[in-house]
Amino acid sequence: MATTRSILLAVAMASALLAAPAWAQAQAKTTAEGIAEYRKQLEDGNPAELFEARGEGLWKQKRGPKNASLEACDLGQGPGVVKGAFVTLPRFFADTGRVQDLESRLLTCMETLQGLNAKEIAATPFGRGEQRNMEGLVAWISAESKGLRFNLPQGHAQERQMYEAGKRVFFFRAGTHDFSCSSCHGIEGQRIRLQDLPLLTKNPGDGVGFAAWPAYRVSSGELWGMQRRLNDCYRQQRFPFPGYASDVTIALGVYMGVNAKGAQSIAPSIKR
Amino acid sequence: MTTRREMLATSTRLAALLAGAGLLPATALAAWNQPAFEAKSLADVAKAFGGSAPVESKDVTVSGPEIAENGAVVQVGCATTLANVKQLMLLVEKNPNVLAASFEVSPAIDANFTTRVKMGQSSDVYAVALTTDNKVFFAKKEIKVTLGGCGG
Amino acid sequence: MADPMRIRAQAQGDKTTVRVLMQHEMETGQRRDSAGKTIPAWYIQEVSATLNGKKVLAAEWGPSISKNPFMQFVVKGAKAGDKIAVTWKDNKGETRTDEATVT
Repeated sequence: MATTRSILLAVAMASALLAAPAWAQAQAKTTAEGIAEYRKQLEDGNPAELFEARGEGLWKQKRGPKNASLEACDLGQGPGVVKGAFVTLPRFFADTGRVQDLESRLLTCMETLQGLNAKEIAATPFGRGEQRNMEGLVAWISAESKGLRFNLPQGHAQERQMYEAGKRVFFFRAGTHDFSCSSCHGIEGQRIRLQDLPLLTKNPGDGVGFAAWPAYRVSSGELWGMQRRLNDCYRQQRFPFPGYASDVTIALGVYMGVNAKGAQSIAPSIKR
Repeated sequence: MTTRREMLATSTRLAALLAGAGLLPATALAAWNQPAFEAKSLADVAKAFGGSAPVESKDVTVSGPEIAENGAVVQVGCATTLANVKQLMLLVEKNPNVLAASFEVSPAIDANFTTRVKMGQSSDVYAVALTTDNKVFFAKKEIKVTLGGCGG
Repeated sequence: MADPMRIRAQAQGDKTTVRVLMQHEMETGQRRDSAGKTIPAWYIQEVSATLNGKKVLAAEWGPSISKNPFMQFVVKGAKAGDKIAVTWKDNKGETRTDEATVT
């Protein structure tokens, strides 16, 4: 633990020295306030709205070999019910017999209702082809629960198992740097340069961590769903990505989502 | 499905063909002030719009954050209380493309515009007002740009 | 074809604040792709707006404007029910017009 900590500290310090000008360290408080002001300015007119509009269209549009819309898709609150669904995912679904997160559930619906190929979509790189449509869908579906509080069900045995599995995955250290999710997100008050790293072993607060994704990422001008966010975490940990909508990623979603119980969702939010 | 790159290539070729055949509206393309958008300094931008040497003025305001977490999107505004202003512009001094935007001021709208610009590095951002008698007034503000960290 | 713009026009007394979000790459022409080839410049050059068909705004933009551009301006003398239409045209000649009702 001490070794990881000192590695992290060394990396953070080195990056801070290399990347941030001297004034940033001297006026730490002013900088934080400045960044907060910058972020606030972008909240009104979040480009994520463009993706939301696309997503709403895609939900209602007849597509695929079966020429059907997604309007009969069950996201956990009953077929076609979108409002409030986002804040109860991931959860167990009887028709597939497994716990699914939003993107995995959309794959199911796109395949069973529209006849699209779920495997192909899962293999498509982020930002391309059907993954672009996925971006729109998750933006709109999460927007339909904006402001609501997370309340993932844990009534089914599999939901509880996935929580425990997620916890194990969260603390699992591996890869070249011996990182786990907890290396960054398991300690209160950590920061990499100017990014605060929320503590994800408990509720980190309204609109933070699990409650802030999907999000429009300003640095690339792209909408990132939770799957893409996790993919990038794994890249930073020097792990291979477990696979789009895989059980490992769903388990992490259950762990973080249950921990965030009561937190207000602000998705889709705006991020640097 | 056509990739965006293929689509771009096709539309570029098409546009070139149409332009060559004189089928693209010449007026629309001529309206865009290319010299102004290629100018590398405030003085050159002013000259490209027929304005005189820029003078700092308290009656022009530039708004923006002190520090931008990511230079890709920085919300900035330009406004003025000066009379007889025909144009308001936003410039990012250290950008390869210094002139970001130029807004025509008309009686139908306020002399107050907000948009978002890309900033390659920490730089002064200028709000510039051009009056009907071609005088140029400006205000400037330094906006620091920092790359964010790895997360968030 | 680009996605529709998101236009919100809210009247407060004599002033109506119009906020527009546009979907556009705003490519500067200075970036290179993974193969090392320059990605061609592709950005909005002209923006205009009308109030009930009458032109109220004309603007020229360059590639320094951010991707998925945002713009805010204030129109005088508009009231709820009036129509605001915004048009953009880019350097390839592509164009888009969207309309919204003042609330």
